[in-house]
Amino acid sequence: MEYTLINLLNGLSYGLLLFMLSAGLTLIFSMMGVINFAHASFYMLGAYFAYSISIRFGFWPALVVAPLIVGVIGAAIERYGLRTVHRHGHLAELLFTFGVAFITVEVVQVIWGRQTLPYGVPMQLDGPLFTLFNTNFPIYRVFMMGVSLFMLLSISLMLKRTRIGLVIQAALTHPDSVEALGHNVPRLFMLVFGGGAALAGLAGVIGGAAFVTEPGMAAAVGSIIFVVVVVGGLGSLLGALLASLLIGIVQTFAVSLDYSLLSVLAKFGTRLGPDSPGYSVLKISISEVAPILPYLFLVVILIVRPRGLLGTRET
Amino acid sequence: MADIAAVRPASRMSFGGWSSQLVLWGSLALALMIAPQVFSSSAAVSLLSQLGTLVIFCLSYNMLLGEGGMYSFGHAAYSGLGAYFAIHAMNMAAHGKFYIPVWLIPLVGGIAGMVFGILFGYLTTRKAGTAFAMITLGVVELVHASSEMFPGFFGGEGGVETNRNYGTGFFGMTFGPQIRVYYLIVAWLLLSAIAMYALTRTPLGRITNAVRDNPERAQFVGYDPKTVRFFTLVLSAFFAGISGGLQAINMELITSESVSSLRSADAMIFTFIGGAQAFFGPIVGVIIGGFLSFKLSDYTQAWQLYLGVFFILIVMYAPGGVSGILLSNWRVIRAGLFGRVAGRWSAVVCAGAMIALAGAALVELSYGFVFGSEKGAVVNYVRALDKSMQGVIWGTAILIFAGGIFLLQRLIPPFKEAWNDVSSRVHLMNSGDGA
Repeated sequence: MEYTLINLLNGLSYGLLLFMLSAGLTLIFSMMGVINFAHASFYMLGAYFAYSISIRFGFWPALVVAPLIVGVIGAAIERYGLRTVHRHGHLAELLFTFGVAFITVEVVQVIWGRQTLPYGVPMQLDGPLFTLFNTNFPIYRVFMMGVSLFMLLSISLMLKRTRIGLVIQAALTHPDSVEALGHNVPRLFMLVFGGGAALAGLAGVIGGAAFVTEPGMAAAVGSIIFVVVVVGGLGSLLGALLASLLIGIVQTFAVSLDYSLLSVLAKFGTRLGPDSPGYSVLKISISEVAPILPYLFLVVILIVRPRGLLGTRET
Repeated sequence: MADIAAVRPASRMSFGGWSSQLVLWGSLALALMIAPQVFSSSAAVSLLSQLGTLVIFCLSYNMLLGEGGMYSFGHAAYSGLGAYFAIHAMNMAAHGKFYIPVWLIPLVGGIAGMVFGILFGYLTTRKAGTAFAMITLGVVELVHASSEMFPGFFGGEGGVETNRNYGTGFFGMTFGPQIRVYYLIVAWLLLSAIAMYALTRTPLGRITNAVRDNPERAQFVGYDPKTVRFFTLVLSAFFAGISGGLQAINMELITSESVSSLRSADAMIFTFIGGAQAFFGPIVGVIIGGFLSFKLSDYTQAWQLYLGVFFILIVMYAPGGVSGILLSNWRVIRAGLFGRVAGRWSAVVCAGAMIALAGAALVELSYGFVFGSEKGAVVNYVRALDKSMQGVIWGTAILIFAGGIFLLQRLIPPFKEAWNDVSSRVHLMNSGDGA
């Protein structure tokens, strides 16, 4: 019971962080049709900026300012890069963002160096919040969950209740009509791209402190968030939430399970030696399978339900 | 949608009739034969061998990118798995489990690549465009992550080793010396390149182009785009597997890096830099990319930055790649119209060179100051100077850089105007010939 609850909470907080990352990606995709390969780079930039700000002014200013800086950078990349490439089509845009990701890693290393930064959880948020049976649950995990839920709420409110949100939604399906009504659609695109980047930056501020801040951090999450977005359904915010929670929880559980097919067989009284056929497959424990689970998940979803969990269109 | 790959069918970019075809392939073969005589140091020959396998890899990648408009981020899955199967086959053959000569090993890689092409292709080719790109990334990550799960097959951290010097070789010629391996690679390269080129001329190749340009119409004529994409991918995976098999022979060591998304990205970057629209584009790309990643890395730590910036510039301003630039210039020269643009052309090139040189100086200075460099003698010299001199050097570089950008902005519009004028004349002349 204790084990299940703690793992569930850990999985939830990891999943919500994944959601923070993929929310921007799926928003940008649904609006502009652009798969942003540089999205994980914005996550990395968020963490690095947060570190630089937090050593001078503390964590709380960093929480606000770092995502803003990343958002401005994202908007600038859209305005001066993506918009030029746009006339060559979506695939050129994809290649462009891929190149941006490639360069960002280098630039980050020039500015901050190649070593891991000592960017950790701030003092006010350090320590356990409550004790469940015998295990402490850290405050920071709860804080992470709180921020992502707050973010989910504000995005959906903004999209559904505000004027600009409605215009964005309209521009999703009918960009030409929206433009004809006098709205500046390219500027809207820039805002969405910058906003998405800022969300990734926010995830970086929080995730960088919880996990690790180093030049490889973008590559570490880069592929997972694509899995989240495809599994959830391209362009579906709710789908992304569902998929990231699912992947977060499944992976957290899998990492801590040490069963293999061999141990299951042993329970039924069948003992196999290293010579028996298929031994190398049978001896693999669930915790060893954990890294490939998200990708397996992707493959299964594509076979069973190609448009993703909550996706509405097949791309 | 103005797809970049769709600007012009690939095979139309080529070079007229049979005789010029023959000249082109002949000179390629000749260049490949002579290359190790010109660059004869052992380091050069092993670099050439590596580039040779890369050329097959990128040509097979271009079957997807250029011919089929499929942006794969997971092509290394096929070449890497092919390499693993090839290296295991070599080890088995060396231990007498069965007999297969070294020079046929690439075929083992090719077949393995094809089998995985059938398996993964069934999943990935259901989609096109951006979704295809993401799913291929997922597939290669899946393969890469499972390399940790099966250390028996993938060899864990150290990879799988082999010795290519077994058996009786090719008519008594064993493949111990690097130079023989090079010629083996050249033989397979020419064979595969000709096969891949011939493939673009078959009905399947043409329909692949059609599916790239307009899948809906292709479907309307009665071809299922998914099936066409599937067959293209399977064939491309076969050739990728061959390059993997050659890599196994050449390196005698395969690690899990060869099934990584990084290796896949190399294929994409090189192919795109070279130009996806021309059949020979990937070869140009491998020469440039290989120079940047194998040679330039001896002199500077910033080579990845240069590669990335170069890639982005190509994506933004020259989606036809370097071969596209070369070909369009060649057409203008052949039409005898280059004189009309020569002045503006050289002005633009000069401004570009100013930016490039000053930019490189700035990058080198900053890398040197951040990481300290044993390679950058110049940087160490600059650092030994006093503060004001350093400021002057930085200032000059920045000034030249900014000046170059300012000049380029002024020079580009008139150049574009003149160039478009000349291009349309060339176009008119060509269509006037009825060619």
